[in-house]
Order: sequence, then C-alpha cells, then structure tokens
Amino acid sequence: MSTLHLCGTLSFRRRATDRIATVGTLLALLLTLIPLTLVVGYVVTRGAERFSGRFLTSSMAGVGPLDAGGGISAAIIGTLEQVLVASVIAVPLGLLVAIYLTEYGGSRFATAVRFLIDVMTGIPSIVAGLFILAFWLIELGHGFSGFAGALALSILELPIVVRTSEQMIQLVPNSLREASYALGIPKWRTILRVVLPTAATGIVTGIMLAVARVIGETAPVLLVIGNNNFVNGDVFRHAQASLGVFIYQGALSSSDFDVDRAWAAALTLILIVFALYAAARLLTRRDKLARR
Amino acid sequence: MAKRIETIGLSCFYGATQAVADVSLTIEPKSVTAFIGPSGCGKSTLLRSLNRMHEVVAGARIDGKVLLDGEDIYANGIEPSAVRRTIGMVFQRPNPFPTMSIYDNVAAGLRLNGLRRKSDLDDAVERSLRGANLWDEVRSRLPKAGGSLSGGQQQRLCIARAIAVEPQVLLMDEPCSALDPISTLAIEDLISELKDRYTIVIVTHNMQQAARVSDVTAFFTLKGPGEPGHLVEVDATHKIFANPSQQRTEDYITGRFG
Repeated sequence: MSTLHLCGTLSFRRRATDRIATVGTLLALLLTLIPLTLVVGYVVTRGAERFSGRFLTSSMAGVGPLDAGGGISAAIIGTLEQVLVASVIAVPLGLLVAIYLTEYGGSRFATAVRFLIDVMTGIPSIVAGLFILAFWLIELGHGFSGFAGALALSILELPIVVRTSEQMIQLVPNSLREASYALGIPKWRTILRVVLPTAATGIVTGIMLAVARVIGETAPVLLVIGNNNFVNGDVFRHAQASLGVFIYQGALSSSDFDVDRAWAAALTLILIVFALYAAARLLTRRDKLARR
Repeated sequence: MAKRIETIGLSCFYGATQAVADVSLTIEPKSVTAFIGPSGCGKSTLLRSLNRMHEVVAGARIDGKVLLDGEDIYANGIEPSAVRRTIGMVFQRPNPFPTMSIYDNVAAGLRLNGLRRKSDLDDAVERSLRGANLWDEVRSRLPKAGGSLSGGQQQRLCIARAIAVEPQVLLMDEPCSALDPISTLAIEDLISELKDRYTIVIVTHNMQQAARVSDVTAFFTLKGPGEPGHLVEVDATHKIFANPSQQRTEDYITGRFG
C-alpha cells in the first residue's frame, strides 16, 4: 500500500513537471514566433500596397519624392550584382581558408587564423563600410561604385563562409579520409574527391545563409556605392543603388510615397532571402534523395 | 603478384608513447597471416605501419625497417601513396564513400591511376566485385549509393574497392568485428579465395577466426597497461593453436588471460 502511495505521489510530481516543461517550451516558441509574425505580417501588408510587376521593373529615374510611380529595378540590380561580386570574392577564399584550417591546420598559425576569423565575425558592418570608404575611396581615390559595396560585403561574408564550411568539413568522418589514403589517393585529391563532395550539402547551405545574411546589409554599402536613381548595370563604375539603402532612405523621407516604396522594397528583399533559403533547402533535399 | 613483407626491429610511436616494440617477422606471399593478442597490444598499429597508414595520425612515427620484397618502403623518396597502392587496406568498420555509387566506389582508386576508358573501368569494376563475391548481389544496382547496402555487403564493397587497384598485399584490420555471423562467414570464405593471389594480413580479436582463415599466426601481448606491445611468437597456425612454444601464448589461446 505504502509503495503504491509513493508511486502515486512521484507520478503526480513527474506529470506536473512534464506539464510545466511542455507548457514552458510551447510558450517560449510562441514568444519567439510573435516578433517574427509581426515583422513578416507588417512588411507583407504594408509592402503589398505598392508591390507590383511594374514596381519591380521600373526605376526611380525622374521620379521625385512627391510622385507616386517609380520602382526598384535599379536597387534590385545593384543589390544582386554587389552580392554576387562579394560572393565571388568571399566564397572561394573562405572555402580555401576552411580547407586549410581543417585539413592542414593544427599549427599555431592555424590557431591564430581561427582567432582572426572569429574577430572578423564580430566586426560591426558599418566599420566594414567605413574601412572601404577610407581605404578604397579616399586613400586609393576610386569613385563610388557597386564594387566598393561588394568589397565591404565580402569582408562580412568571408568569416561566415569560413566558419560554416569549417564545421561542415569537420563533420566528414576521418574513416573516409583513411579509406581514400589507403587506396593510394594523395591528400589533395582526397580533399577534392572525397572530403568536399561529402561536405557539399552543408557547405552550400552555409554559403546560402552567408549570402542571405549580407544581402540586406545597408550600413556597409551606404557610404560607398553612392546611390543612383538610374539603372546602372556596371558594378565596377559609377554609383549604384541597393535595396537596403533604398529602404533606409525611403523610411527617412517625409513623403508617404517614399515610405510606401520602402515597404514594398522591404517585401521584395524578404522574398529574395526566402527564395535563397528555399533554394538551399531544395539543393539539400535533392542531394539526400540522390544518395538513396 | 603477391609480395613478401619483412619487418626488422620495427617500433611504432604516437608522439612520446611507444605502441609497438621491436617487431621482426616475415609475412609470406600467397598466405594468410593473422595477428592476435589482447586489446592495446599494438597489432592494429603494427598493421597500419605496414602500408604507411600509421603516419596519417599526427605525431605518429616508426623506427626500424619494413621491406616489401626487399625494398624499404620507408626509404627516402618513396611516396606513401605509392606504397598504399601496392599494399591495400580494409578497415574495421565498412567505410564506402557516401557520395559515390557502388560503381564509383570500386572505380575510385582506378580513376586515380589514370584509367579513364569506360570499357576498361566496367571490366575492372566487374572483376573486382566478382573477386569480392558481391557481383551477383549488386550487378543490377551499380548506380545506387554504396551506403544503401547492408553492413556485410558494404564491407565486401570495401574489399572490392581495395582489390580494384590490384595491390600485392591486402591488410585487414578486424574486418568482421562489425558484422553478423553470416556476413563474417562470407568474408572469411572470400579471404580463403583471395590468398591465391594476394599476401593477406588480418588483425582479429576472434581466435576461432584466426584458426579458421590463417596459415600463420603471430601472437602479440604487452607487459602491462601503458607498456608497448611486442611479438611473443609467430608460427604455423595449427602449431600455435595446438602446441605453442611459449607459455604466454598457451595462456592466451586457452582463455587464461586477455
């Protein structure tokens, strides 16, 4: 009888703890979802007012703050080109650094590199922009350009690529490297043929996340791309627009038209980021399916 | 094809720790030599030093000589990858390349050696899979992932991958310890077939297995924890198991220690 009684109290306590923990985690989940839904919901409702095909394909050329028309084609082209160039710089470089750290590291130099990459992760984005302004524009005398923005973005993207790729390469089991060495396959070829393909899914996801992370950056490009109402497809010459800067300036404007355009641009940015995430997930899934 | 391996005063180290002390033995071609002994006696380390896989671990080094048909595989100017192509290895856990198909797993080492012609590769892949007694089970699903096979099939795939590059010697590090009895039997049958063409060295914890598959058995032990392992005796397998010349071997074989 007494054991049964004991069991009863224990089970009551355990059930209560279980209930509290369940409710607690659910509450935490809801709390996290509140800001997310509010942000996305607000951007979607406000952005949808001005969002249209015409908005995406027309520029702000000849459109003043008090005009209702205009669009963000210049900003979309600018942002996509800047992020593309930044990735062309940061992804190969970051991947090579990650390969060095995982496959050839272990020395004190590698530890120092790892530390510097960590420091780089902590650089405030405005500092990256200021650095490019001081170095590329003022010191070396180059004019405003999308490329200057891309340089600033690559400073931010590089450490993310290094860190995620490094983690993914570290996940590749050592037994696979050994299997490859045992076939007489040299180390460099083992890295190219065995290690990188095995880690590819994770590396691609990491790169997508890094791109998504910098695509909405405003501060680093604000000071160096010069901004431009006209479409400028040449990322290396003359001022370019950017979605982040467009939103920033629109939001500061006293004209309701500018504010509306900023909301629609914000919606566009979220859609682009969402498309990137979806593409990353799709790539991952296809890879998994292929392995079955 | 098969070549003789000879170790002379071979010691293996991990940094400052000595794992194997002063082993001198000869491994005859076209025979199966088993390394047995208690855990930590350095038999796997010794095996890995025979094809220069030991030095893959940071800080690992050896002392002494390993001769392959009289040629020192640790001599200056000898490429470790060339040694490993000649002396293949099968590991404890099946480790097919997860991103590659069954076909590509077997072809992986061949492609490295410059074999590119589709028909040559096809022939070599079939020959290797037949050699590993796996062809009939996988012939219809060569483009499937290597990881889709069962554990025993994966291990035979790894053996096919190892013999595809036509090594002279095959080192096997407890190749059945992760497998069920039926898969173990399949691998043991395979070992008996392979010894017609290769020199085979197998490390095993399973003494019945050593007695079943090997022609020669080498018994290793260590004096105590932290001490390096050493060779106690090496002899024909039937002699080791029926009438060993060392008391320690008999104690181990009869299960009195280890």
